[in-house]
Amino acid sequence: MIKVLFFAKLREALGQSELQWPLAAEASVEDVRAALVAEYPQWQQALCASNVLTALNQEVVNAKARVKPGDELAFYPPVTGG
Amino acid sequence: MGSTARLKVQVGAADFDAGEEIRLVQALTDSIGGVASFIGAMRSSNDGRRVDAMSLEHYPGMTEKALGRIVDEAANRWQLLGATVIHRVGEFFPGDQIVLVVTAASHRGEAFAACEFIMDYLKTRAPFWKKERTSEGDFWVEARDSDEQAADRW
Repeated sequence: MIKVLFFAKLREALGQSELQWPLAAEASVEDVRAALVAEYPQWQQALCASNVLTALNQEVVNAKARVKPGDELAFYPPVTGG
Repeated sequence: MGSTARLKVQVGAADFDAGEEIRLVQALTDSIGGVASFIGAMRSSNDGRRVDAMSLEHYPGMTEKALGRIVDEAANRWQLLGATVIHRVGEFFPGDQIVLVVTAASHRGEAFAACEFIMDYLKTRAPFWKKERTSEGDFWVEARDSDEQAADRW
């Protein structure tokens, strides 16, 4: 299993802030995103938007990063703090 | 981290006393020759719309790590002797303080540069998100290209 988190506008669009996702073997961030969209087709537009950022275990990563069971993977829109 | 400077990062709902935070940094060592500070506050309007309130969400855990890394980098690049970053989350109203950056160095140039660098990086890299409440409804604040350009200068 991995923990998947969504924040801000993306969290609202998906109607969900967190889920546990079964991940049997190592996969890329892009693989996980594709699997999520296959399970929840209505997430396609929001989750695959070009400005969606990803963090793996709280470090910013790109789509090729490798996700392992037990990891924490976050999807979120561009940040607007300060 | 190569620096031995005292670097403080705080994220939470509590308000801060900028004067007290500056005093704490200034008192760290008598090698300090300059202390710079910045306070970010909530504006009552944005893009021509009146904003009544704002909520600020973050990614607990990652936020502190990201800010810590930014402050470490600033401390190493400008040989800071001390720095404090406080970023608030939760509900805000016009005039409320949101963020404080304090930097101390031997000379003013380093303190000013590091303070601006920390703010520019914070705005483009730390996982915070603002949502504004206006008379026309609630809107997530969109990231600005100008903020990305400001961060790219460094």
